[in-house]
Amino acid sequence: MSVEMRNRHEALGLSREDVLAMYRLMLLARRADERMWVLNRAGKIPFVISCQGHEGAQVGAAYALDRSKDYVLPYYRDTAVALAFGQTVRDLLLAAFAKAEDPNSGGRQMPNHFGSRRHRIVSGSSPVSTQIPHAVGIALAARMRGDDVVAYVSFGEGSSNQGDFHEGLNFAGVHRLPVVFFCQNNGYAISVPAGKQLAAARVADRASGYGMPGIAVDGGDVLEVYRAMKAATDRARRGEGPTLVEARTVRLTPHSSDDDDRAYRSREEMEEARKNDPILRFGQYLTETGVAGEAELRAIDHEVQMEVDEATAYAERAKGPDPDELLRYVYREG
Amino acid sequence: MAQMTMIQAITDAMRIELERDPNVLVFGEDVGVNGGVFRATAGLQEQFGEQRVFDTPLAESGIGGLAVGLAIQGFRPVAEIQFFGFVFEAFDAIASQAARLRYRSGGRYHAPIVFRSPFGGGVKTPELHADSLEGLFAQTPGVKVVIPSNPYDAKGLLISAIRDNDPVIFLEHMKLYRSFRQEVPEGEYTVPLGKAAVVRQGADVTVVTYGAMVHTALKAAEKAAESRGVQVEVIDLRTVSPLDIETIVESVKKTNRAVVVQEAQRKAGVAAEVAAQINERAILHLEAPVLRVTSPDTVYPFAAIEDQWLPGVGRVVKAIEEVLDF
Repeated sequence: MSVEMRNRHEALGLSREDVLAMYRLMLLARRADERMWVLNRAGKIPFVISCQGHEGAQVGAAYALDRSKDYVLPYYRDTAVALAFGQTVRDLLLAAFAKAEDPNSGGRQMPNHFGSRRHRIVSGSSPVSTQIPHAVGIALAARMRGDDVVAYVSFGEGSSNQGDFHEGLNFAGVHRLPVVFFCQNNGYAISVPAGKQLAAARVADRASGYGMPGIAVDGGDVLEVYRAMKAATDRARRGEGPTLVEARTVRLTPHSSDDDDRAYRSREEMEEARKNDPILRFGQYLTETGVAGEAELRAIDHEVQMEVDEATAYAERAKGPDPDELLRYVYREG
Repeated sequence: MAQMTMIQAITDAMRIELERDPNVLVFGEDVGVNGGVFRATAGLQEQFGEQRVFDTPLAESGIGGLAVGLAIQGFRPVAEIQFFGFVFEAFDAIASQAARLRYRSGGRYHAPIVFRSPFGGGVKTPELHADSLEGLFAQTPGVKVVIPSNPYDAKGLLISAIRDNDPVIFLEHMKLYRSFRQEVPEGEYTVPLGKAAVVRQGADVTVVTYGAMVHTALKAAEKAAESRGVQVEVIDLRTVSPLDIETIVESVKKTNRAVVVQEAQRKAGVAAEVAAQINERAILHLEAPVLRVTSPDTVYPFAAIEDQWLPGVGRVVKAIEEVLDF
């Protein structure tokens, strides 16, 4: 074991407790996601949209933010970010079952449309990229009030083709706002490969058009993502303006539970992707650096599974929304 | 009291609200230094600074989305869409974001935004400047749609809209901006949203309308009084969503006849909605079918033909005669 390898997380200012908590969070997101697929295939929940393969990018990003005051405007794969900002697996499953207690929307939205005022997670919606100008508005509000707040907004590489991406990044660039634009590039917009979506070699290259740095990073390496995102959030906090960070990830599932990716992705390619599973890679780092042994990682997994079991049982039993709720919250009441 | 044009009354309303509430912001294309292409925001940046009254890039969807983010943080954005035809660029930001934020978050978030925009025909601005698109938003749950017909209402309604806790589309008819002056009180006052005004009393026919067509309807009412000695009641909706159906039905129960006039094309719009609701609530009071006077179902035309395309006094008089003679 080289000293250099051992010191990677320490060099970033992360303690043993930090990296173990990060590993646990990645695993928690993964196991909750896997559970949703089982529930979907058993006919118990209508839809799953996955974070699998993105957990390293997400946890690296979330840990670089100040989880006590920053705002997150996530997209639908950002399960681990929602968990890092205070949502629970129970919350995820309540949303998956569309129960009344679903903290995002009371069962009104698709699963993984995270929202929680308490946790400063801003409710998004299904047309992609709409959250980008919202994040810019949040950042402008922070600037006007002199609040030390960074707005994090995430999206896929496919979403970087939308007009709202351009309109949002442009405004943030002009006004040097404290936003971090976090692209999780898994190479596919449902079925369309990146090569048919954008002519630029990297999404990060688009940043120069908006007068901000564009950083591309290995999204399968949680510590590298943390490093890049920490630089971006520090820059935003210093008032130097926004950054576009592109994390290259793998998508380990079809787009959603309604998609069959065998039509457009070879099985060999999937096998390759699995080798880049961020959880495997981080687990390997933790054991190789002696942060944790195999048994300790298995114990974390066991604990996480118990949490997912408990959450599933709770969410399945929870009450559905009262039909009278249909008429509520269209306009201000009272 | 001062004599004001509608645009002066609109500027006055924004000035009052900017002074009263530090969370009110005004932004859009050219609204800052230039004071807006119609001068609706003239002098506001000078008075309140670049932080509260600011120019945005040419990006309507970005303006709408920015407003949502600011509103979530407790600001009260008054965002200008330079011409209402450009709202198609911002449709998602308004109709699927601002309008639904309260519902989709189960009441945890809401977006108190005013989207102000000039619209309306008769000033030789062709399609995508003059279009009457209020019907699209009247069909959108979660937003209110306000269309004043005069300076007094414009000021009071805009102040109400800025203070309202739901998103409001506030449409300013370009032909009314400077066509006449009216006594407008100084300082703050409100005209409630969702409340129509009976602007002419009459017992024989009810004409329901809004915006610039209020003036067309009033002229038609005068003509009908001269030519046939009938008294036409004219209702100015002022807010097309929510609709003040009570005021309409009360009038129809008295007159037993109704004509609905709108500048917008015919299909599936505000006039269709008013006619449907009159039928649902007052059919046994009707002596004639409810008629609509509208523009035809074509794209807003070239300037040479717009006076024929838009409903005129003659067509409204003809409809009044038709319901009387049915």
